[in-house]
This record gives sequence, C-alpha cells and structure tokens, in this order.
Amino acid sequence: MLLLKGGRIVDPSQRLDKVADLLIDGGKIAQIGEIEIAEQVIDVSGKVVLPGLIDMHVHLREPGFEYKEDIESGSRAAAAGGFTAVACMPNTNPVTDNRSVIESILRRADEVGLVRVYPMGALTKGNKGEEMAEMGDMQEGGAVAFSDDAFPIQQSIIMRRVMDYCAMLDVPVVTHCEDTSLSAEGFMNEGLTSSILGLKGIPHEAEEIMVARNIMLARLTGCRLHIQHVSTKGSVELIREAKEAGVKVTCETCPQYFSLTEEAVIGYDTNTKINPPLRTADDVAAIKAGLADGTIDVIATDHAPHAIEEKETEYAIALNGMVGLETAVGLTITELVKAGTLTLAEAVEKMSSAPARVLGVEGGSLAVGAPADVTVLDLDAEWIVDPARFESRSKNTPLGGRKLIGLPVMTVVGGKIVSMKSEVAV
Amino acid sequence: MTSLEQINEATEKLVAAEPTHDGAKTSRLKRKDILGLQEMTAEEIELILQTAISFKDLLGRQIKKVPTLRGRSVITLFYEASTRTRTSFEIAAKILSADTSSIAVASSSVAKGESFKDTILTLRAMKPDVFIIRHGASGAPHFAASLMPESVINAGDGMHEHPSQGLLDMLTILEAKGRLDGLTVAIVGDILHSRVARSNLWGLTKMGAKVRLVGPKTLMPPEVDKLPVEVYTDIEEGIRGVDVVNVLRIQLERMQKGLFPSIREYSKFFGITRDRLKLAKDDAIVMHPGPMNRGVEIMPDVADSEISMVETQVTNGVAVRMALLYLLLGGGPADVAA
Repeated sequence: MLLLKGGRIVDPSQRLDKVADLLIDGGKIAQIGEIEIAEQVIDVSGKVVLPGLIDMHVHLREPGFEYKEDIESGSRAAAAGGFTAVACMPNTNPVTDNRSVIESILRRADEVGLVRVYPMGALTKGNKGEEMAEMGDMQEGGAVAFSDDAFPIQQSIIMRRVMDYCAMLDVPVVTHCEDTSLSAEGFMNEGLTSSILGLKGIPHEAEEIMVARNIMLARLTGCRLHIQHVSTKGSVELIREAKEAGVKVTCETCPQYFSLTEEAVIGYDTNTKINPPLRTADDVAAIKAGLADGTIDVIATDHAPHAIEEKETEYAIALNGMVGLETAVGLTITELVKAGTLTLAEAVEKMSSAPARVLGVEGGSLAVGAPADVTVLDLDAEWIVDPARFESRSKNTPLGGRKLIGLPVMTVVGGKIVSMKSEVAV
Repeated sequence: MTSLEQINEATEKLVAAEPTHDGAKTSRLKRKDILGLQEMTAEEIELILQTAISFKDLLGRQIKKVPTLRGRSVITLFYEASTRTRTSFEIAAKILSADTSSIAVASSSVAKGESFKDTILTLRAMKPDVFIIRHGASGAPHFAASLMPESVINAGDGMHEHPSQGLLDMLTILEAKGRLDGLTVAIVGDILHSRVARSNLWGLTKMGAKVRLVGPKTLMPPEVDKLPVEVYTDIEEGIRGVDVVNVLRIQLERMQKGLFPSIREYSKFFGITRDRLKLAKDDAIVMHPGPMNRGVEIMPDVADSEISMVETQVTNGVAVRMALLYLLLGGGPADVAA
C-alpha cells in the first residue's frame, strides 16, 4: 500500500483535476478520494499527481553502445525525468531486428526493474532498408511497434511493403522522415545561418518530402503511421491535412523543436547537432500551434546519448543527437504550459495517454484498477539544468545552464517508488 | 528564417567580449583569437591593414628580420593541403623572429587516428604562443580556441572563413585604389564553398565597399541575398561597372558532384575574359586567391595582364600575417618599421 496524500490529481484520461488522495494497492490504483491509512503515506500537498509519463522515443543504446547508455542508466534517467515507461529504438548493435534481441532487452529491463521498457523492432533487416525484418515474430516476442529511426527507408516500394505488413499485424509504423539524398552531408538547418557558418544545410523539404510520401503510403496501405520528431512548419501542415482527410496518422515532436532554434548552432556547439536539425522561430511557432490544435499528438524526447569524445570534436564529425529524458518535463512546463500554449492537462495527455494509445500499451491513466504508474511534479519549482547531475551516462545537451520551471519529484512504477527527489517528505 | 541581425547578435555574444582598442596609439588587438572577419570591427580591420602597410616596407629591405617576436613560438597545424597560406604564415613569423613549427596531417599522428582535441592538447603542452589552424571542417579553429588560452588564427576553416585572405585582398585593393569605402567589388565563382568569399564580404562591407556575388545558382549559398550584398547569376551584369573583380578557383570535384554541367560550360558562362572585363571600370583590377585554373575561371591573358594583382596579393599575404602575429603577440608601440 502507498498513499499519496493531498496532491492535485490531474488525469486527462478521466478529465480529472482536483485535490485528492491517491491510494495504491497491489501495484494498481486502488482509490481516489479522502483516504486515511496509518503507514506508507507520502505527503504530496502542493504537488501535482499525474498518470505516469511515457516517452515513446528513446535510444537506450543497449545492446552494443553501453558506453553511451544502457538499459539501467537509461531507466534511471527516465525515472529521474518523471517517466514511468519508455519505448526504445532499434538502432542497436546487433540491430533490434529479430526476436532474440527484443527478448534480451525485455529481460534486461525486467532485471533492472525501474521503468517499463517497450522495445521497437527494426522494419528491415540490419536497418538496411532492403529486406523486411521478422516483424511478426518480434511482435510475439514483445515488440510494440516497428521503426526506421536513424536509418530512414528511402525506397518507396520497401516502405509500401512494410506498411502493408504492419497493417496486417495491426502495429504502427514509426518513421524518421528524411530524404537522405537532400540532407546528405548537411549538419544544420539550411538557410542564412548555415550559409554564414559555412555548414551545409538540410532543407525543410528533406523532411517534408518523406512526410508527404509516408502519408500517401499510409493512405494506400491503411497502415497506422506515426511520424517521429516533427521539426518543420510544412510537416505540421501536411499532417494536419492528412488527419482531416482521414489518414491514420499520428505524430510527435520533441522539446528541442519547441525550445531551441538554429541560432543555437552559432559558435559550433556540437551538442546542437541533432537530426532533424534545429529549425527557425517560424517552425517553432508552427509546432506550438500544431501541439495546441491537436495535430501533434505526442511529446517524446528522442533521447540520444553520446559519449563526450563523440561530441568534443569538429562539428562536421560530431554525432547527431542530444539527451532529453531529464529535461523534457521542465521544457514542456516552461515553454508550453507556463507560456500558455497548452493546459497542464493537454501537456500531460501528450506525454501519457497519447503515446500509450499510439503504442497500444497500458498506462496513461489513474483510473481505479489501472497499473500504479504515477509521476509527481512540482509545477512551480525553478531549477537550472546541470548535465553533470544527470542520471544518464551521457551529458550531451546544449541546455546546460538553462533555467526551467517544473520538476518531476517522484516516479512510481507499478506501485514501487523508482525515483524520489529529496524535497518530497516521506 | 533567422535574420542577419539575430545571427550577428548571437555571434557577438560568443566572440571576444573585450572592447576592440582604446585609441589610435594602441597597437594591439584586444582579442585572443582571429577566427573570422564577421565579428571584427572596422577599427580593428583598419588597424591590421595599417600595420601591414608598415610591415610591407620591411619586405622590401635586404635584411628581412626584426626581433619583435623573438622567443615566441608559432605552430602551423594544417589539416588541408596548402602551399601559399602556410608558407606565408611561416615567412611572416620568421621575419618577426618567432620560432615556427609546422604540422601537416600526412606526417602527424592524426593519420593514426588521434582526435583533433587530443592533437591540440598535445601540441599545447609544448607551450606555443599561437596556433595557426587550417581545417576542412567549419568551426574547427573555434573548437580549438575554446580548449585553451593561447591564440588561434584561423587559416581557413571549411566553407566558413579565411580571415587572413580577406585581409590581404583588402590590403591589395586599398593599395591599388587608395581606399575601400565606396568601391564595388565583384566576387565571382563558387561562392557556396568559398571561405575566401565569406571573409571578403564581411570585411569589405564593414569598410564601406559594395560587394557583388556572381556565380551559378547551384554554387550560391542559400538565402545569401539576405546579406548586405547583390547577387548576380549573369557574369556580364555582375561585373558591369565594378572596381575590382575577385575570381575564385573552381574545383573539378564540384562538377563531379553535379553542381554544374562541365568545366567548358562554366568557363563559357562565368570565365573572366578580356572582353568581359571591358564591362568593368576602365581602371578595374583583377584578383585571384590561387591556385588558378588558367583557361577555366580566368583566361591566361587576363591572369598575366598588368591589371592582375595575383602576385601582389601573395606579397601582401606575408605583410598581413606579420601584422596579425604582431598585433596578437607584440603589443608594443606602433613603430614597427623603426
């Protein structure tokens, strides 16, 4: 038994926003109301109690790149960041393109026992974009979706086939939309800034062409399509139109795409090198509008840990990506909720029930009987991002020193406290 | 899009917060590094050019040596092939009595896979005063500069800047025309990949000159029309009435990457011929940063004509680099030729 006493419970899945006590029993939500028990009481008055947050775009790097992150360090980072579940990407080594890797990830996650880990399988063998991977077998082994993240499928015929196949399996195809012939050798957004810095640019169209193509193929195949890390105004518009036309498409953006612009690249901080690249203020505005009107369903992190030596180098050869698990909530509260773009309930929905729905997994609700996955948030806590204090093995973020509002203070998974910051009294 | 004002503001925040120089008598640049001309003030550029003019006298003497930088140590670290720039820096340093060491990639441990950072830190441990760095990656000298308190001079980084080339081009124009303010300079060719073009356009516009960028659209940087320049894809319109034509080297590999159809077609549409030069001002000069592809971007008779400044540019390169080293390291009174 565990009683979270006196918090403001915000659960968009039940349209709930009230101060109440939340009782957990047997790993499930047992009761919401005025509750008294003798022991195992945590005072969360002044805090916000949310359905456990789910990050559907994380690179846990295991197997193969444990020097960047592994399932244990990534799970700790997730728990510290307020996430009770993560979906991990298949660009591992060996590639997560067969059932044995799926099962080994699930087994390791179980041993670690912190947050729920939902592996995504690769769409194609070896992430090569050529032959279909054994997706049916991986699904039986526990894969929740299939993705071409980091290795976007270029050939339309291959994408068409995997979509047909995933439509049969009734799982979403989760895509990184990038025409790699247009983006080749590009390191940042294309425009005046890239011209001045002398870095080859990646035009918006490199993303938008593939967003448009994949929407058309989703229409052709009837497959559920989920578009990852939307970064441009044009992509938001294409997805909005597709939704209006009834195509089964969902999408996510990441905090970096509503919190930073390409200006951050000036000075050549390699932590700003991410893919898709940081865009312009116009794009940020369009992404916020897309979040507000529901075009963008999900906020995910694209948590992409890299070792220091992979970033302390020339901009051209630095690897793409930034960590995000431990800054996502703060950025979302600061840039969207406090700024008035989203209500708290809307933001929570995009970080809990929406990703649960896309992935077809439990979670995202504090309804009685649901798994007791709970995130407790100090909505008004001001804090400064200090990468040295991250639980993640990697520290690659350009956000060090940024002041944020909103801090996850406790994370509960299946009734068990997996992370707690000292300011919460037991 | 991000505006030029936003970009300049963000750049200034990062580079050399110190004020430039506090009066005409001071003869030292109050910045640690020379990374680009974008962040330099007109006053700093003026100081460098005037100092270079003083040093140029020295180059005409029989005994080309002054003790100004005796005991100071300069490392040239070149990750790209270079003849003139590296030699020019070395000669400049030697005339000022600095000790020089050159590291070229092929003969260094870089070939063994040492990271750029480790190379910098290793060389730094040998206590040089200045690093002169050429690197194929834009921003590499900035990264090196962030690692240490010693000075870094950018000798060309990727497609970003080549400040000493921009300065020597400006010195050449200043000597030929007596001024920079009010002149019109056409930079012709592969603007997209050219760090020379970028350094020239920042320097020249700060000094009051008008800059035209001339070349095929496939070799023009995106949104370059948002800069304080005029953009031309027609060579004849582009050089009509200009005071200076600065011709860039065209590289065969750009054709192989599909950026223009053929050397023949490039030369036909953008090559600088005597006929085309008649459209420029009567007293126009022609420059080229070298090495030249004679018969491609510049016709041999133009390259060898009396209006070609190519050799003067090379001499001025030494003078400008002496000025840069002196102003970074010297710091004494401005009586350099005394």
